[in-house]
This record gives sequence, structure tokens and C-alpha cells, in this order.
Amino acid sequence: MNAVDVIQLDKAYGTVTALTALSFSVNRGELFGIIGPDGAGKTTLFRILTTLILPDRGKALVDGYDVVKDYKEIRKRVGYMPGRFSLYQDMTVEENLRFFATVFGTTIEENYTLIEDIYKQIEPFKTRKAGKLSGGMKQKLALSCALIHKPSVLFLDEPTTGVDPVSRKEFWAMLTRLKEQGITIVVSTPYMDEAVLCDRIALIRKGTFLDIETPGQIIDNFKETLWAVKADKMSSLLQDLRTLDGVKTCFSFGDVHHITVDDKRLTIVSLGDRLSRQGYREIEIKPIQATIEDCYMQMSQNAE
Amino acid sequence: MLILLGMPIVQIVLFGFAITTEVKNVRVAVFDPSKDELTRRIIDRIDANEYMNVTQYLTDNAAINNVFRKNQADLVVVFSDHFSDDLLHTGKTSVQLVADATDPNTATMLVGYATNVIRAVQAENTQSGYIPAGNIIPQVKLLYNPGMKAAYNFVPGVMGLILMLICAMMTSISIVREKEMGTMEVLLVSPVRPIFVVIAKAIPYFVLSCVNLVTILLLSRYLLEVPVAGNLFLLASVSMLFILVSLSLGLLISILTQTQMAAMLASGMILMMPVVLLSGMIFPTENMPLILQWISDIIPAKWYIMAVKKVMIEGVGLAYVTKEIIILAAMALLLLTVSIKKFNVRL
Repeated sequence: MNAVDVIQLDKAYGTVTALTALSFSVNRGELFGIIGPDGAGKTTLFRILTTLILPDRGKALVDGYDVVKDYKEIRKRVGYMPGRFSLYQDMTVEENLRFFATVFGTTIEENYTLIEDIYKQIEPFKTRKAGKLSGGMKQKLALSCALIHKPSVLFLDEPTTGVDPVSRKEFWAMLTRLKEQGITIVVSTPYMDEAVLCDRIALIRKGTFLDIETPGQIIDNFKETLWAVKADKMSSLLQDLRTLDGVKTCFSFGDVHHITVDDKRLTIVSLGDRLSRQGYREIEIKPIQATIEDCYMQMSQNAE
Repeated sequence: MLILLGMPIVQIVLFGFAITTEVKNVRVAVFDPSKDELTRRIIDRIDANEYMNVTQYLTDNAAINNVFRKNQADLVVVFSDHFSDDLLHTGKTSVQLVADATDPNTATMLVGYATNVIRAVQAENTQSGYIPAGNIIPQVKLLYNPGMKAAYNFVPGVMGLILMLICAMMTSISIVREKEMGTMEVLLVSPVRPIFVVIAKAIPYFVLSCVNLVTILLLSRYLLEVPVAGNLFLLASVSMLFILVSLSLGLLISILTQTQMAAMLASGMILMMPVVLLSGMIFPTENMPLILQWISDIIPAKWYIMAVKKVMIEGVGLAYVTKEIIILAAMALLLLTVSIKKFNVRL
């Protein structure tokens, strides 16, 4: 039995479709990532899986239970951490944890080993109000609360949004350790760089999955020639590259542009020449290994 | 928007026509041991008055208190034993006007109406020479509140208003607040059953409201000097029942609304206004158009204020307030059931 089984799931809000014919499975003990930009349907999917909203069509099983019929069973055995900080801001750290332990009919002590790693870091602040914690500490507390009843499946909706880079790293390290304890984790994130930390990822776009694979496999499937281009006038360079003969796609990635090219019509040298003739200086072009984001861009382009 | 534009219309109409302190359709009970020509004439005149109707004839003195307790009459006119004879022989006679003064304003007005009628009859008859000249002296007896203290009227009203507002408003934001803060989202994904959430929300406010109740009673007893004439235990029980009704109403508002703002508006609009205007606290409900009377019947505060007046001011026992208690209990049960039913187990 899989931890999560989703078959042909549809959900629309009025005339806006959020999910279309979504199907996937999450194996037991897997760290499964759902990667996509804001508005792709991640939160909708999480809310259906945590029984908070009903799908229009299709079927979803969590831990073998139907999200519509057996929602009470599911609510006993999953942990859920919504994207927005959702603990009681005017209760202290410890009160929050104790409250959620009680709600799930357990005690902090019973499952302390599971959260020890995480809770240890916020324990010095246990008498502080939850609303007064920093972003990273809020996430740790929310995760502790979601784990206190030893859930079999943990749903984390954008846990690292709005968290500083150091805490993000720590957070993912914690997830890896939790996975080792046998908890299935379904996590969503808009950060493509976090995708490689998952066992398998689903790339979601406009309510449909582009691909479901291991991160390595997704990168291997990328067959295009990919270059990183850099020059003095980056914004006009983006426009010029897009109209350049032989360039298939061009996207801005921080301080460089990633382009896929038809390598029969363009080489690094010939591209450099063309650009310097157009008046660009300090041109740097080098072949690079594709990232998940490149793959995502490529696949969305193909899906258009 | 509808509220902004609709409010003035509703209020103008309500205040202008429907809600007045003027008393109409006064139910007058008559105790007339004398049964002579003159008393008949006065009774007919009272009945003919546009504001008053004679609704029943009493047969003995003891019945006077009963008609008030059972709320069957607003004014009792008691003639002396030999009304006409006294006038003939001694030149004066007396008639007693008994009113329920738990609402002093209304009582004063009723007594005024009746006095006017009696004086008119006397003037006419003296002129025509039909009856002997002399004085008919109306004696006013104000039941339950001889001092005509306004506090006797407004303490029950304020109790109804305050308990309703505190209970309902406080609870109305309680659940909706969790929706706004997002805590409802995590709370729902847990084995907690809706009934426990509703009960857990109600208990602290119930306790708070009971503290409020004690404060109000102490203040009205020792500061305003309004004694609790009836059974304190009965009064407390009725009050707790009313608190329960208000809490359930607040919870229902909280469950049905999506934002704290909407919850506050809803509880303000649908609780504050009707309670003040239609509960009988300030304006007697008997004189309102029928449709408003129907509306006032579904306002819990109306029944509670009636019960408090009876128990606290008139000092009657359980038997006289069973109707109010049953209505309040039914309301509590209905509201709680709807709240739990309507509690959304999903977002």
C-alpha cells in the first residue's frame, strides 16, 4: 500500500481550474517534493490530501483511506503544516506543543524522541509567545507540532517560504533525518534548488504535472545543449538572445541567462562573435549542467 | 452597503411609527363590587377609549395580583363597595387604579389615561345634574415598584442587553478568529470533533458571563437598591439559561461568518438593534404593529427580560415563568444543534 495514491483528481474554484486530471503515488518512507511556482495548485492539492477541501472528481487515498469518505481516519494519522504560520500566536512555544499533543490524544513525552532534534533548538525560548518567534523558529515549532502525534504521512506546504537561507538548509536537513525514521513526507516548494534534496519530485504547472521522476532522472532527461551567457547589458541581451537565430529558449537566472541552442547552427565562438558585433562587451559564454529549473522551463515551454 | 443605506430607513420607520413609548390597546381588568349605574358608565367610557379595552371582570380582590402575574391585564380598576351611594351621601367616593410599575413610564401613562376618563365622566355628569355633585377620587396603587424607581424597569432590561451583547459578541469572534488566523486549518486536520470545539469555545465565555451576572446583581442590589424579590436561585438559573442562548447565538454567527469584521457587524446589527428596540426593554412591545411583535417574539432577550421582571421585581415563583423558561430552553437547544450541524468540518 502506498502512502499516497491520487487518481485523476480535478478541482475547480468556480470557473478557475486549480487541478486537472492529477495522478501520482507516493511510496512509503519517501521524501516526495511537489515543485512549482505560486498558483500552480500546490496548496489546493495539499488541502485535498489533508481532507480540508473536497475534490470535484477523482480519487485520493492517504495511508489507504479515502480523503472524502474516511476523512476522520486520515485526520488521526497525518501531520499537516500549512503554508501560512498557523499556530496560536498568543500561546507560548511550550503551550502550543502541549495543546497539539492533547488534541491528538497524546503527550509531549510520548513522542519526544521524534521531535527532540528539532525542539531542542527552540527549547530555550519555550516560554516565549509563538507570535514573537523568528521565521525559522516558527517553522521549527510548527514542524514539532505537526510531528507530535507521530504521523505516518507528513504534509508540508511550502515550509521554507519566507525563511532565511540558513534556516532553509537546516530545515531540509531535519526532513532528511525524519525520513530516516520512516515517516513519509510530502513537501511542496517554489524553490527549485530544494528539489534535488527530495527522493522524487513532481513538477506542477497550472494544475497538471509536467513530470514525476527522481531529480537525477529529470536532469538526465534534459537533452538540450545549455549555455550560460553573461555580458554588460543583461536586460537588452535577453531580448537580443531570444530573437537570435539558433537560440531556442532563453531565460534569466540571476546574474546569467541560460539559453538552449541548436548546436548545428551555433557554437560558443560564433555566438560570442555575433554578440560583440551587436555591441556587447565582457561577454562570457560557457556550457553548463542543467538544473531542475532549466528542466521545468523546458517542459513548460513544451507544454504551451 | 445595504446596511449603510438600509439602516436609516429602517430606523426612521421603526421609531416614527412602530416603536413609541405611547401605550395602546391597554388591557383593563375591572373589579366592581358596587355594580351601580355610575360604575357602569365609567366602565363603558373606559372601554370606549381608543387606548383601552376592558378585557375582564374580576370577582374578588385576590384576583388582582393574579392578573398581573399572569400578564393578563395592564391596569386594574377597582371601585369601592358602595361607589354611587358614597358619592351621594358623603360627597366623595374613591376608585383605585392599580398598575404594574415594573415599567414606571408605562404605569404612569396608564394611570393618566384612566384618571382622565374618570374626570371626564364626572364633569359631564355633574353638568347634566344626573349624578350628585361631588368628588371621585382616583387612588393610584403601583404594584411591585411603589417608589416608581426607573431602575426597576431598566435593571432587567440592562441585564438582558449586557448578557446578550457580552456573550454573543465575545463568542461570535471566537471561532471566526481561528479561521482568520489560520489555526482552524491545523485544528481541522486533527481528530477533534466539532462538538468539542464548540463546547470548548463556549465554556470560558460562560464562566465570564456568570461573573458578569453576579456583578450586575450586586450592583443593582446595593448601588441601585433594586432588591431581588423572588428566588435568587431561580433568577440565577434563568439567567444562565439565557447566557447559554446568547452563547449559542454567538457561536452560530461565528460559524457562519468568514471574518472577524463580518462577525462583529452581524452580532452588532442583528443583536444590538433588535434587543434595544424590540425586546421591550425601552419600548413596550404590546403597542407595536403585529409584524414587529412577531419579530420581537423570536428575540431571546424579550423572554428573558420578562422572566427577570417577574422573578426579580414581582417576586413570583417558578410556575409563573415556565413559559419563558421553556421558550429560552428551546431556543438554546435549536441554536446549539444548528451550530454543531453547520460547523464546517472542511475549509
